[in-house]
Amino acid sequence: MDTATFLPILLGLAWLLPLASFALIVLVGPRMGRAGVMASYVATGAILGSLVASVVALGIWVFSSPAEASGPRGEHGAVASAPHEATAGGHAGEAKEHAGDHASAAEHQAQAGPPRHYTGDWYTLGRFGALAITVSYYIDALTIGMFAMVTAIATCIHFYSIGYMHDELDEVVDHEVTLSDGRHLHRPGRFHRFFQYMSLFSFSMLGLVVAGNVAMVFVFWELVGICSYFLIGFYIERKSATNAANKAFIVNRIGDFGMIVGMMALWASLGTFAFGDVDGRQGIFSQVRSAENGYRLEAPAGMVRASAAELAAEVVRDHPRNPAAAESEILARVVSWREQGHGYWLLVVAGIGIFCGCVGKSAQFPLHVWLPDAMEGPTPVSALVHSATMVAAGVYLVGRFYPVFAPEVLLVIAVIGAITLLLAASIAITAVDIKRVLAYSTVSQLGYMMLALGLGGWAAGLFHLITHAFFKSLLFLCSGSVIHACHTNDITRMGGLRKIMPWTAYTMLVGCLAIIGAPLFSGFFSKDAIIAQALSFWNLNPTPGGVLFAVAAGGAAVTAFYMFRLWFMTFTGEPRDRHVHEHAHESPPIMYVPLVVLAVFAVAVGWPWLGVVSLLEQARPAGELGQGLLLPGLVYPDEHASHAADVHLLATLVASATALGGFLLAVLFYGVRLLDPAEARQQFRPLYNLLWNKWHFDELYQVLFVRPVHLAAGAVAAFDKGVIDGLIHGSARWTRRLADFDDLIDRYLVDQSVNVFAAWTWSLGNSLRSVQTGRLRQYVMLIVIGTVALTVLINFASAR
Amino acid sequence: MNLLAEPVGVSHFMVVGAIMFVSGVVCMAAKRNALGVLMGIELVLNGANVNFVAMSSDFLYREGGLSLGLDGQLIALFVIVLAAAEAAVALAITLNFYNNHATVDVDRADELKG
Repeated sequence: MDTATFLPILLGLAWLLPLASFALIVLVGPRMGRAGVMASYVATGAILGSLVASVVALGIWVFSSPAEASGPRGEHGAVASAPHEATAGGHAGEAKEHAGDHASAAEHQAQAGPPRHYTGDWYTLGRFGALAITVSYYIDALTIGMFAMVTAIATCIHFYSIGYMHDELDEVVDHEVTLSDGRHLHRPGRFHRFFQYMSLFSFSMLGLVVAGNVAMVFVFWELVGICSYFLIGFYIERKSATNAANKAFIVNRIGDFGMIVGMMALWASLGTFAFGDVDGRQGIFSQVRSAENGYRLEAPAGMVRASAAELAAEVVRDHPRNPAAAESEILARVVSWREQGHGYWLLVVAGIGIFCGCVGKSAQFPLHVWLPDAMEGPTPVSALVHSATMVAAGVYLVGRFYPVFAPEVLLVIAVIGAITLLLAASIAITAVDIKRVLAYSTVSQLGYMMLALGLGGWAAGLFHLITHAFFKSLLFLCSGSVIHACHTNDITRMGGLRKIMPWTAYTMLVGCLAIIGAPLFSGFFSKDAIIAQALSFWNLNPTPGGVLFAVAAGGAAVTAFYMFRLWFMTFTGEPRDRHVHEHAHESPPIMYVPLVVLAVFAVAVGWPWLGVVSLLEQARPAGELGQGLLLPGLVYPDEHASHAADVHLLATLVASATALGGFLLAVLFYGVRLLDPAEARQQFRPLYNLLWNKWHFDELYQVLFVRPVHLAAGAVAAFDKGVIDGLIHGSARWTRRLADFDDLIDRYLVDQSVNVFAAWTWSLGNSLRSVQTGRLRQYVMLIVIGTVALTVLINFASAR
Repeated sequence: MNLLAEPVGVSHFMVVGAIMFVSGVVCMAAKRNALGVLMGIELVLNGANVNFVAMSSDFLYREGGLSLGLDGQLIALFVIVLAAAEAAVALAITLNFYNNHATVDVDRADELKG
């Protein structure tokens, strides 16, 4: 069996196993052992199976030679024109050397061609004219890498959850819910339901990654959203949890609106949803960057025609009786129309639309507000949402759609990323909820990824996505362990926990070092790549580049400061709350063993000799980013230029220096306590208040959106109650009046006449009573008299 | 026309029938004994029968008029059967009445009054 047939089967298996587990738990979950305890084994087994399949797929990918891979491509519907095969082969080989040798950048720039990938349809749901809705796959090195990352982290989190969620096996007393009679809520445990949603979540994320067309991506995109909704609102009895779940869902809908606009722009002009070419039909990527054009981005013919619809209609009018001639005339003119700029706007709209979806999913400014609130869910869910699934989906989609993004769209992405980065990092400085600090740190790191992608650092952004996934899930699981021990989220009540929970403390230290980019930890390599890319962007674009570079470098310092503030406050110094300290305990092995595994990954996954970057390089989209058409001054550097020794060395120095600065500041404040945080708070009171209130974004949205929506809803409700209900009540009242009138007629007219008739009959019968005497002889007499009388009468009558 | 001077014909029979009928009616109206009333009924019926039979006889129609023929005799037979049935029912009623009231006086049978 060759790679092209084997990989889809393997990844399909990895994708569908969690679905099977979900279905099984839905059907028989509560009856699986005591309180559904077996559900956790089913879900964990399924995700473990997915992990094995993904790792096997990764192995096959790495060890199958590119020459062999290019063979079956043609049969399989992927791009297979002869010159690309040669270059693709050379490319992959080069990429492998690349990790050790940055000097090959120049050669890279010269090479072109789509990356090695496999596309195809698993199942066609339906065809409606040109529109084909299919369950399809698009497998390249990015897909393979994401599968391995997602399944590895999900597996660790599943194991951890078995320990973390064990409270749910018995009846749960929810201390955060007070009933009307003043007691706390007692409810049955929901152990199996948690794992049911975890399985669905994993399935959705894997489906999103393997999807081969935008429609399928959108379906799984929404599935991921609904899963996060279920899991954030897992403690549905808590008002805050349901609010947070609603917030996450509604804010994501806003982003998805933009995504639907982008999808419509793409489909209406290109007539396809597919990424790659399937069965000879051109996908989005090869239409936007065609091989004839040297993989340069240009508005495809479909978009040009859609944009120049009036001109095309004119051409058709000029050839009234000859549609074929009109068609060829239009095709001939498309080139000149494109040069006039037709269609480019449509390309920008499509790109920004798709990015809008990513803004919602990846919690970028201005839709970042949902992510910190999502902390209401159980901690393993936060870990999964913040690392491997939900938020990773947005960054992944930007990476996947990279060929479609015009330089202007990339600038938007970079700016949004930079704003998010600074905003979230600054809020994290003052937060005291251990999970909220991490949540804002996630938002900030996602900002880093978007910034990197927006600056042309495709591999840097996605590399940071993968390293971040490992250390952020580690950090979250550590915080979960702390919460599990202390039963509080407030770091001002912790302190000195290092001696009690050594496993948690030191794995979390590893996570902190990784996230601030300490040398030889994974974050070091990925953050370096981002800052180097920002530097090389600055070299070409002085005005926006300088600001963006400053943000990237400054963000590193802030990150270091708040992460170590968190660590010092939690694990070192004197315990601030005796009660919490006395009850704290180290978590069971089922919880800290995943921590150790993730800690190892958090250190090692970034090492260049492990080859994550070279794996990603194999999926790098073909073609240069080029220059903007609307902003002609915008020039994108090739990412390999940032690996040049002078740029990279400077970037490393800057990143390390800023991170060290932030770290030292945290040590001064919270480690050796030379400076007093309370004093600093006093000095910068307005700034502190601003950060403490999260830049007033919640209040702003409250005033801008929530309040007006409530007002509008109130007005509509008043209209409903006053006017519509009034109308209905009025008509009911009239009907009643009519019925009352009808009742009067019935009672006095109809009933009365019937009664009168009955009374007459009665009195007639009464008066006739006396005739019936009962005397037989009288009767006979009467008969006789009657007969005689009749005879006489007849005789008289006939005589006349 | 003097009946006594005529040879016996339909008119004579009709006179007999009329006498029987009137006697029966008077008997029904005057007798208080239920059995007497029943006898009166028999007389009324048989008076009518005499008329029918006489009118169906070709022998008696000497003036050359048309008789009822067998139809009249058939009706007479019907009346006889009817009278027999009626007598049986009436006697049963009378017997029951006697059982209940120890008398057959029809004036005492006024329970059917309105």
